[in-house]
Amino acid sequence: MLQETTFLAPTSWYVILSATLFIMGMAGVLIRRNAILIFMSVELMLNSANLAFVAFARSFMDITGQVFVFFVITVAAAEVAVGLALIVAIFRTKQSIDIDELNTMEG
Amino acid sequence: MDIPTLESLNLLAVLPAIILAAYTGLLLVVDLFIPNENKQRTALLAILGLGATGVALGVQINQYSAIGDQMAFGGLVIVDGYALFLQGIFLLSAILGILMAMNYLPRRGIERGEYYSLILFTTVGSMFMALANDLMVVFVALELLSIPLYVLSAFIRDDPGSEEAGMKYFLLGAFSSAFFVYGVALIYGGTGTTSLDGVAAVLAGEALNLPLALVGMGLLLVGLGFKVAAFPFHMWTPDVYQGAPTAATGFMSVGAKVAGFAALIRVLVTAFPGAAQAWGLLVIAIAILTMILGNVTAISQSNAKRMLAYSSIAHAGYILVALSAAQFPELAQEASSAALFYMLTYTITNLGAFAVVMAIEKDDGSGVEIEDFAGLAKSRPAVALMMLIFMLSLTGLPVSAGMVGKFFVFGVAINAASQSVWLAIVAIVGVLTSVVSAFYYMRIVYMMYMRDGDEEAEYPAIKPALGTALAVTGIGTLVLGFLPTLLFDAAQRALIAGL
Repeated sequence: MLQETTFLAPTSWYVILSATLFIMGMAGVLIRRNAILIFMSVELMLNSANLAFVAFARSFMDITGQVFVFFVITVAAAEVAVGLALIVAIFRTKQSIDIDELNTMEG
Repeated sequence: MDIPTLESLNLLAVLPAIILAAYTGLLLVVDLFIPNENKQRTALLAILGLGATGVALGVQINQYSAIGDQMAFGGLVIVDGYALFLQGIFLLSAILGILMAMNYLPRRGIERGEYYSLILFTTVGSMFMALANDLMVVFVALELLSIPLYVLSAFIRDDPGSEEAGMKYFLLGAFSSAFFVYGVALIYGGTGTTSLDGVAAVLAGEALNLPLALVGMGLLLVGLGFKVAAFPFHMWTPDVYQGAPTAATGFMSVGAKVAGFAALIRVLVTAFPGAAQAWGLLVIAIAILTMILGNVTAISQSNAKRMLAYSSIAHAGYILVALSAAQFPELAQEASSAALFYMLTYTITNLGAFAVVMAIEKDDGSGVEIEDFAGLAKSRPAVALMMLIFMLSLTGLPVSAGMVGKFFVFGVAINAASQSVWLAIVAIVGVLTSVVSAFYYMRIVYMMYMRDGDEEAEYPAIKPALGTALAVTGIGTLVLGFLPTLLFDAAQRALIAGL
């Protein structure tokens, strides 16, 4: 149990922090041109959601949000496996992972 | 929190999905012992697994009228008519997808056994999308559906186009998943639950924080909008459809889209009837823009795969028309049945169109320009006739599945027009853009029948697998056009207790 004297930051602080991280991640995806950095930005977005989940779960004293975080972490790991494999494959053919150079198709 | 018992798990209710999931894991191992030159056996085993799943599903559908809706995993999963009908569509599209790939992969020199396992994994994900009754399940199913598709689109490993398609699909798919997850987080924050019924109940009463839940709903819409390729989240579609191996394109143009709609309709109708006005307007706006953009851009395409990509965007718009009518509770059931029926017709027709593209595609992946259809009626009359049927159906002309589908979709929007003038507008835009679509679909027909092709043009032989897929989709398109009430009744019965 938490003691009365423990300082607890209000949930809203965590939510604001997570929203900031989410927007930073979104901006990263839109601005960055390096596939790995874009991918890291996506991870930042996923983790900002995790932060929000945990913060809400604590304020509700409910386990659902925390369970959800484990699912998100697992799925993110699966995505990393596929994503990095794709990036490596592209680097082998093109010697570059700049997404602006991925432009063989148009229309 | 309740401790789960075997009864609350109720594994029997989700038996088809469990069978397929277990079988897929097994197939992945069995495939290791199948020699490389015999990978067609893996494909046959995959179809066998889908068939077994289909039998289990058939038994369930048969018992449905006696048992009714069932919950499983303590309410995380719901087995209702809606889910049963959609699972049928997913199994059908997976079987057709594998039949087409059996012919296509060896020709392109990319036949590796994982392809078939990946299709099955995607199918399991789609099935759970339809079964989901909790945002947590929707999320996990969405990823199980998407991650194999990223691999499938990049399946031609040394081809820059395919790699590019895989990369783009992956980055944008992961991006949209992030929106989805953040949306769920905000809904959880606003309502304190992730269960769809729970969210609806909280929203009907005193929401903890309504704005938070509404923003979350908007983010969900963004995340799923990417999956179904609706404007303005469609920009990945043309490149991915063009670059991916045609067999994978055909499969994902129906599998991923229908699964995305399965979740979208379920979430909006079940969890957010309380915010129906808000999402109703959003969906109407997206539907109008999607139909206009898809149809108008498709006109200027010269590559058949790319043209079909824009056409698939347009069809997402038509399904959204049905969804926009579902904002009125008394029409929700009719609208969902119309959407279900439309998805069935779209699945069969679109898979058929891609099968024809595969039938004329050369071994190096070229030969899929619209010009390449020239003279097909002379050199390959049967294939040309099939394509004619599919193009008529995609346009929505009479005696084809597509016409019946459009009839129901626009019909329900017109029915709802008395409640909101926007529904009338969205239906009119739908009809007008269908007329526009005739232009690019009929151009292929014109090429096939009116233009003389290259006399020496050699088409690859059509193997039995692709022939079967063509025959099933062609006959299916006609049957759905002639006997629509039969299946529409099934779609409607599917929803009686459902939504």
